Amino acid sequence: MTDAVATDSAPARRRRPRVRINSTLRRVASRPSGAIGLILTIFFVLLALFAPLVAPYDPAAFDPDLVHLPPSAMHLMGTDSLGRDVLSRVAFGGRLALVVTFCAAIIALLWGGTAGIFFGVVGGRIDEFAMRIVDGFLAIPWLLFLLLMASITGGGAWIVIPILGFFYGIAIIRVARAAALQIGARDFVTAAKLRGEPRWSIIRTEVFPNVADIIFVEGAMRWSWMLIAFASLSFLGFGATPPTVDWGLMIANERAFMAVAPWSVLWPCLALSTLIIGINLLADALGKAVGVDRAGDMPA
Amino acid sequence: MSAALITIDKLSLGFRGRDLQRRPILRNVSLTVDVGETIGIVGESGSGKSTVALAMMGYLKPGLEVFSGRAVFNGNDMFALSEPQRSRLRGSEIALVPQNAGQTLTPTMTVGAQIEEALALHSGIARKARRTRVLELLSLVRLSTPRVIARRYPHELSGGQQQRVAIAMALGSGARALILDEPTTGLDVTTQAHILEFLRELTSELDISMVYVSHDLGVIARVADRIAVMYAGELVEQGNTRSLLRAPAHPYPQALLGSIPRLGERVIPASLPGFPPPVGEARQGCAFAPRCPLSVDRCRNELPPAVELAHGTAHCFRVDEAALWKPAGNPVSSCRTDTVALEVKDLAISYFTPSLPSRLMGVRASPDTVARVDFAIRRGETLGLVGESGSGKSTILRAISGLIPPKHGTIELNGASLPGSIAHRSLEVTKPLQMIFQNADSALNPRLSVREILEAPMKLYFDLSQAELDQRVENLMGAVRLPISYLNGFVGQLSGGEKQRIGIARAFAAEPDIVLCDEVTSALDVSVQASTLALLKRLQESRGAAYIFVSHDLAVVRAISDQVAVLYQGRICEIGPTDSVFKPPFHPYTEILIGAILVPDPDTAPRLLVQDASESSPPSIGCPYQRRCPCRAGPICDTEYPPIRVLADGHRIHCHHTSAALTARASSFDRNLETRTLSAGTEQRVLSQ
Repeated sequence: MTDAVATDSAPARRRRPRVRINSTLRRVASRPSGAIGLILTIFFVLLALFAPLVAPYDPAAFDPDLVHLPPSAMHLMGTDSLGRDVLSRVAFGGRLALVVTFCAAIIALLWGGTAGIFFGVVGGRIDEFAMRIVDGFLAIPWLLFLLLMASITGGGAWIVIPILGFFYGIAIIRVARAAALQIGARDFVTAAKLRGEPRWSIIRTEVFPNVADIIFVEGAMRWSWMLIAFASLSFLGFGATPPTVDWGLMIANERAFMAVAPWSVLWPCLALSTLIIGINLLADALGKAVGVDRAGDMPA
Repeated sequence: MSAALITIDKLSLGFRGRDLQRRPILRNVSLTVDVGETIGIVGESGSGKSTVALAMMGYLKPGLEVFSGRAVFNGNDMFALSEPQRSRLRGSEIALVPQNAGQTLTPTMTVGAQIEEALALHSGIARKARRTRVLELLSLVRLSTPRVIARRYPHELSGGQQQRVAIAMALGSGARALILDEPTTGLDVTTQAHILEFLRELTSELDISMVYVSHDLGVIARVADRIAVMYAGELVEQGNTRSLLRAPAHPYPQALLGSIPRLGERVIPASLPGFPPPVGEARQGCAFAPRCPLSVDRCRNELPPAVELAHGTAHCFRVDEAALWKPAGNPVSSCRTDTVALEVKDLAISYFTPSLPSRLMGVRASPDTVARVDFAIRRGETLGLVGESGSGKSTILRAISGLIPPKHGTIELNGASLPGSIAHRSLEVTKPLQMIFQNADSALNPRLSVREILEAPMKLYFDLSQAELDQRVENLMGAVRLPISYLNGFVGQLSGGEKQRIGIARAFAAEPDIVLCDEVTSALDVSVQASTLALLKRLQESRGAAYIFVSHDLAVVRAISDQVAVLYQGRICEIGPTDSVFKPPFHPYTEILIGAILVPDPDTAPRLLVQDASESSPPSIGCPYQRRCPCRAGPICDTEYPPIRVLADGHRIHCHHTSAALTARASSFDRNLETRTLSAGTEQRVLSQ
């Protein structure tokens, strides 16, 4: 009998999604900046996914006869110093950067978000101590730190993921902690404490659902900064390594020929900055859609 | 009556929804204010009362637009004027006194400089004359030492003084009309009573018109010549203060009057069913019809006409029936038992204790925020804790709940001593002790469904199957009179009164022995307050819980409590059975508190016995009330803590006067009631050092 009752009321009890994705996306798209951001971001993600279909040539195939050809019907974006097709390389060049920075953003979100909420809820001396450490990390020049870590570990795309994730996670800690502190001062958290709810349950049911969107928006913002960081690392030789096609690497290799073949540098530059602008616009609109309005602060 | 100074003529205004549909906030409101007249606009939250008042100044909140009608001030159609023309009128001829003066005054300028700046903007007074005008204005608003006050910054003034400064600023340029938007709402009862008396004097002195907006009929009754009652954007009745309050023609003001708790009797006031409609809702008939006990089909389908009455107009089909109807409250019967549920012994709480090094450096500990608090509550009993802001009533609740560990003293729950901090309390002792918060908005998680909110305590304290959980949650919703369909919704979609019911249901989900109620009805409208009080009483009768009911509102405490403790500066002045505490003999402080209460009757004046003062911390020795007491027993008040005088049925008064002296004072009480010793409204702030 109890079974019958349970099945009857089961649909009514189904949990609703906490962060309502559909309505949030609709609100993002209803803003011109949000729509542009969304289109640009989706465009580059699709471009990376379907690069083999988009690229007219093999991005690695070089031909000494085709060096520094200007854009033409044959090579829409021209060719580079080794005679490779720039369009094909631009199509493939975002793949590694997107994957690496996306993974790093997820890591940063997970660890930064968790630690931030934890410190915000626990408070007291533990929080005080942790925040001083965070301040210390934020005082380190980020690019030099990345370079140091990359040179110790020997660099390479897969080493960069945890380093970026760790470093940007620290910035997320601050945001997550501030949000958790604000929610922690609300009476429903007091009510849960008074009931004697265990701390993890307060974090999970009372605090997390109320700070998730703030942290998520912060993560989206950090993603674009990570793209810049990864491109810089590749440019300096610690990110993507030569057989891989990568925008940062393309810019590094071709910059010597700026004067004779500007297209081989400009196209990857344009692709990189357009993607970053797109993600920034998207994150900004996302923030406004969920009611988090933040100033565009600079990377630490 | 002379000519109309302000005319609101069939004004409808509102905002547009997403579909560009008109969402009216005011519907066809007509109202006039004559020269020298004070109009009180009364209504619950969302009734549009402030919107009407601001429309008189030609001001619309952003996003609002006028759909039809006019607002005329002194011959100027305010909405037809250009913005610069309007600005010139505002501040010079019609001025606003906002609700929270403390927030509207600039913190970085002395109040004298701020008034001077307003004068420079809105009047042609020469620079040199302004200084003297500022001092004139400050003495006009009965600030006793204008020269001192003018040099103070806003934070150095008490709430009542800030409000007086705001009034002085509004009067500065010789305004002909003053719009007062809930100017005393955040103030203590005694301060409020003083400000109202001063406003009454001011109107007779200056011959200006006032529009006084308030949710409190008691306040309106004190100041207004005429009253306009708003409900859901409509003006339901207007008329002469005395007749409207004595015999309202519309059922809404009648129900409103009926829902106000009265000090005289221990009665839970009649509650109005339901909740006010959401702002801007589309409707056909009378706005009040869904909650009106007299409504007929016609009320729901047609707009009621304006019925001319002897004292004013009412918009109602059922005026004749309404005249015969009288909402009745329910006398409270006690359901107390003899088992003590909670006992507090010699409780002391301090927010700030200097550390050892700073003590060595000469920092002295300030007197404890709360001290010498003793009381016991039996099962099924309600203990009311009353006092003005800063009296420590909420602090005591926080100590009992474990949020602030007490400095010393014990709290015993069902005979066993409770650990001071919530961190050391087990589920066995947190379950019987539940809390209901003042602000239901903040007390309920907006990201959880109502079902999840109610299930949380059950899952924590009881081992139940899903079917049992569902059953209990549904029973609870029935007990707090909310539809089961709300369970899968979120609290953001509910009204204030409904949210508070969810808060109450959550407390009862734990099946508690004691429920701590922290100003639970303060944020609610009067009509909703009455039904919430009735609900709390019903739950107590059926479940036998004890309540500790904290409130600043004596009438509410009187209605619901079996026992009352009056607090001043964290010390109990008087404690005992409700009927004894609210009858003489009184502690001198209780007498003043009761005297300052406003009732919705223009012929009952508050008794203002002493100067209005506020203290920031208790004196370190002697009676906590020594500095404000109007009838000190002698120098002993400054040196010794008052002893307990035990009167009949456990009524205890902490005072140096003997029981005999207190009783003797009591016999002169009735005569005192007539002779109001009003000491010119001067206000004095007793600073801690």
